Amino acid sequence: MTEFHKTQRAMRSMRTAAMSRGVIALLDIGTSKVSCLVLRFDPPEPANDVVSPLYRQSAMRVVGAKTIAAQGVRYGEIDAMVETERAIRTVVQAAQKMANTRVDHVIACFSGGDPRSYGLAGEVEVAGSHVDEQDVARVLAACDLPHIGPGREVLHAHPVNFALDHRSGLGDPRGHVGARLATDMHMLTVDGAAVQNIIHCIRRCDLELAGIASSAYVAGLSALVEDEQELGAACIDMGGGATGISIFLKKHMIFADAVRMGGDTVTRDIAAGLQVPMAMAERIKTFHGGVYATGMDDREMIELAANSGDWEKDRRRVSRTELIGIMRPRVEEILEEVRARLDVAGFDLLPSQQIVLTGGASQIPGLDMLAAKILGQNVRLGRPMRVQGMPEAARGPGFSAMVGLALFAACPQDEWWDFEIPVERVSGRSFKRAIRWFRDNW
Amino acid sequence: MRPLSADPRYPAAPPARGPAAAPRAFGPAKLQKPMRRSAPPSRLAFRLERLWLTPFVRLVTRVGVPVFCVTLGLGLWLGNPDRRAELVEQYQILRTEIQNRPEFRLSTLSVEGASAEVEGAVRALLPVGLPASRFAIDLDSYRAAIRRLDAVESVIIVVQSGGTLDVRVTERVPVILWRTARGIEMLDATGHRTAALTRRDARPDLPLIAGEGADRAVPEALAILAAARPILPRARGLVRVGERRWDLVLDRGQRILLPEENPVRAVERTLALDSAEDLLARDFTRLDLRSEARPTIRLSAAALTALQDARALSTSAKASP
Repeated sequence: MTEFHKTQRAMRSMRTAAMSRGVIALLDIGTSKVSCLVLRFDPPEPANDVVSPLYRQSAMRVVGAKTIAAQGVRYGEIDAMVETERAIRTVVQAAQKMANTRVDHVIACFSGGDPRSYGLAGEVEVAGSHVDEQDVARVLAACDLPHIGPGREVLHAHPVNFALDHRSGLGDPRGHVGARLATDMHMLTVDGAAVQNIIHCIRRCDLELAGIASSAYVAGLSALVEDEQELGAACIDMGGGATGISIFLKKHMIFADAVRMGGDTVTRDIAAGLQVPMAMAERIKTFHGGVYATGMDDREMIELAANSGDWEKDRRRVSRTELIGIMRPRVEEILEEVRARLDVAGFDLLPSQQIVLTGGASQIPGLDMLAAKILGQNVRLGRPMRVQGMPEAARGPGFSAMVGLALFAACPQDEWWDFEIPVERVSGRSFKRAIRWFRDNW
Repeated sequence: MRPLSADPRYPAAPPARGPAAAPRAFGPAKLQKPMRRSAPPSRLAFRLERLWLTPFVRLVTRVGVPVFCVTLGLGLWLGNPDRRAELVEQYQILRTEIQNRPEFRLSTLSVEGASAEVEGAVRALLPVGLPASRFAIDLDSYRAAIRRLDAVESVIIVVQSGGTLDVRVTERVPVILWRTARGIEMLDATGHRTAALTRRDARPDLPLIAGEGADRAVPEALAILAAARPILPRARGLVRVGERRWDLVLDRGQRILLPEENPVRAVERTLALDSAEDLLARDFTRLDLRSEARPTIRLSAAALTALQDARALSTSAKASP
């Protein structure tokens, strides 16, 4: 835990170094695609004190982008290290070439690793009359860590809420007068091996990892509009190998989970059901797929051309209804699994129950109607917000995690490791402790 | 049993040529192509690409290395003193060749607007003998040398095509003679010396001035002489007195003392007196016009005696009755 805390702190300082250099690469390691963006940050205007709502998007521009079909990734986790490393190399090199600059720092996101959410609470007495940084640090340290299981690491730890005496919902308690400070923290843990594999792959490419994020979280950052993040909404990021779920309330993620099914599972069903290769199944799904069959679809025939040598097999045709008949149960299963996860999280207790579908698999025609039946009436399809310089091909819902990662890189929310370390825990900083003792006693 | 790594048992058929040889003439119209994967770069290629994208490396490769190579090559080649000397020699030879080309050769010197003496001087001042290269003559110093001649007012030097050096001289025109202790000198209208003269008779047409500092007041002298044109046949010349005023010297020992200021008006006044009362024909030695309010005459000794006699006669004649 402490080790990973240090790692996260090191990644934050790496991110600061990358921001001062002005160039950073973002890497989305997905099951169906690996994409890389190269961001250039303009230096912030010193005179402009007012932080506009568009500050996060306007400070950066995309100078390089590349997307390739993923190799060696399954369920959002790295399956074949060498192939994944090659894919990362390819995509980073192409994006660097487009940006015509060298990139040393990478922020990565991935959807696998079986993310699990934990809610933590901590409470301390305020040391002085006002709450200061050390009190915040102590209250964060006072949260007792649940049993997260062996081999798991903390990926995100957001202090969601601070409460001072009887007042709750404080965003920043520093400087407030009070006696008891309490906090609620949301912690997301993932399988440590998955993270270590990603770190290893990126190290092998001579790149420095400046941050790592769950793609469910970053997809929610970009696909949910500000009001939805504030009032409560769930973002369903339907990727290739995994479907990420993240629930936002008061602009903080309060729950995240993932279903290990996605668009590739549907493709696999089509390939198995129609006896066609995977590439062809993907193509048929993309061009003719859907989840609602109509009478017209009985007459729309899809040629299953192949060159197996067997004339009968090569000349098969299926109707679109049959295709939909294969796709729909799997999509329903995914959505029902999502429904179950949302129920576990207590999503129906939230004041606003907006559900936003995004990710590459959310482009199936009719998915919003099907999702409305299963998940609830407030369903919409989400697309990522606009980032300056983003290629037109990368503006679809399949890139919402990518855009969210850009926002995460530009302006990350405070996590546990961004706060001070409580003095009691710091070893070898006796001088600082001495100063603090003097300050407190005189 | 054949091992797994053996060659295929049925080698692939050679590619079909033409539509008639197509094995599946009734096959489907479009076939699924295998998905094209971009070839991943090797680790070495990836690292080299990243190295090349580093700004410092790019700068060194694009600027530093060529500059270093050229400098090193030149330094090695020029390190040998014989080669250096040879290079300088080659340069000098080339330079001389270009300077000696017929396009730059000056073969004749033509002098315009100069008298024979001045032309001789101009020719003698030319530093090199003709024909010579245009680069061998320093035209500026040659022009300055010509300008230093007293008789020359201005000079224009033109190198004309065809190898002619054209010197156009404007000479000073002598308008007055100045007699000094060293001899007679001719001056132009501004008082600048043009030439010396051995005898006054050589230029009888020019008026004569004398006295210390007379050359500095030549314009004034010319104005006086112009005003005194009716009495010029009697005038012997002008004398500068005390470097401030003029005396007009006439024959018969007469002298008109002109004032310091406005001498021309004094001359005109003299002429008026002369025409009215025939003043200049009278026997006097000095006509003093220095004070405008009180012109004075000094009579000659004989005239004074005659005047006194005449006065005595008239006095006795008056007294006698």
